[in-house]
Amino acid sequence: MTNLSRRKLITTGLATAAGVTGLGLAARLAQRQALIPPDHGGFYGVGETLNYASHRLLTRHSLAREFPKSQISKIPVANEIAPPSEAFRRLQAGGFADWRLSVSGMVDRPASFSLAHLKSYPSRSQITQLVCEEGWSYIAEWIGVPLSHVLEVVGIQPQAKYVVYSSIDPGWWDSIDMADALHPQTVLAYGMNGPEIPVGNGGPLRMRVPRQLGYKSVKFITGLTVTDSLKAFGKGLGSASPEAGYAWYAGI
Amino acid sequence: MVSHPRFYWGETGNVHTPTLFKLPIPASRNLVPTGYDYVLPDQNGWSRYLHFQSAWVVVLTGLLYATYGLFTGHFRYNLMSREGDLSWRTLSIAIAKNLRLERPSEAEAWTYNALQRLAYLFVIFVLFPLVIWTGLAMSPAFVSAVPAAVTLLGGQQSARTMHFFVSVFLLLFLLIHIVMVCRAGFRSRMRAMITGHASTHMERT
Repeated sequence: MTNLSRRKLITTGLATAAGVTGLGLAARLAQRQALIPPDHGGFYGVGETLNYASHRLLTRHSLAREFPKSQISKIPVANEIAPPSEAFRRLQAGGFADWRLSVSGMVDRPASFSLAHLKSYPSRSQITQLVCEEGWSYIAEWIGVPLSHVLEVVGIQPQAKYVVYSSIDPGWWDSIDMADALHPQTVLAYGMNGPEIPVGNGGPLRMRVPRQLGYKSVKFITGLTVTDSLKAFGKGLGSASPEAGYAWYAGI
Repeated sequence: MVSHPRFYWGETGNVHTPTLFKLPIPASRNLVPTGYDYVLPDQNGWSRYLHFQSAWVVVLTGLLYATYGLFTGHFRYNLMSREGDLSWRTLSIAIAKNLRLERPSEAEAWTYNALQRLAYLFVIFVLFPLVIWTGLAMSPAFVSAVPAAVTLLGGQQSARTMHFFVSVFLLLFLLIHIVMVCRAGFRSRMRAMITGHASTHMERT
């Protein structure tokens, strides 16, 4: 072996070692900074992780665009929903007076709120766009209580990493990380272009996550669970969406 | 596209708003009035995963290629138009040769002609940046950090419509490119593309 090729061998070896160490460090850092999405496994995991990590680095605190009243869509789209269950129709007949939002998990004071109770908290009104992954969109004014306020009331524990939210429709649940959960524009909305949300648009209570596509804004919210791991929920992919083939992170 | 084959201009667009144009195809959602009485199966989940993963491949290799092209002078020496290249005479000769399906001569085969240079420059510096920009402009999270990305384009639906057209142009370029490669000698061209070296004799196929 000549000197030159030995030198080459050593440089290549060192570069490879540095590369592998770098990748390992990046992976560990990403884990610590919560830059790995729950659906990071499988063939599309690399792209999904790059999407989520880059968005988290770029958009942790940024605000979704808000619009003037004049840009509110004349007819907000009410896309198809599953036929309401017996329980939902009973609640609807009672004017949703008995609708409850339960909050549990890693919180100091688990609680159950009525709509009236939620409405007694400071409200936030925002005119934002709802974009569906299918391609259509509309702009509406959403009124509700910031999720961060509800989380403050129940007292989230320091190890909390995600908020899981579920619909009265048992097959429909989702989750967001703390960056989105504590984001000022993430609201538990009870009003749309007026004091109430029509059932077709998710009334009486809809999660609004305006920095993500429409499917993260789950309709008919009845429960919140604060957690440090999504492994125990469903198939452990973070929400019902990846189980149906859709990405957990939908900021794109 | 198949889930909502309607295109709009401006900020918002949906089944209740007028379209810029509609594609005459059935949709994969029955929310959309298409005139067809059937609905295609939904393919959006995996195709969105694939789309965004491919987008990373395009962006990362594109960055490598652009850096390489700038530093080695590839763009300057091989792609920038030469003196006289942009005259109507040169261009019309190149177009006429293509239309007559004439094979390039031995000498021409190893350089880019005026038309090729224009097409490559357009694809590299106009279409690819545009397809990335219009794509990012559709992301609600990205535009929360960089709102100008979408406002400069005139709105989220304008960005979607432009993204559609730019991707059609890119697809057309790809198809024409493949046809030309085959005509010029598939094996020798592929060898040249991969190794960066052109063999001295032309392949006769």
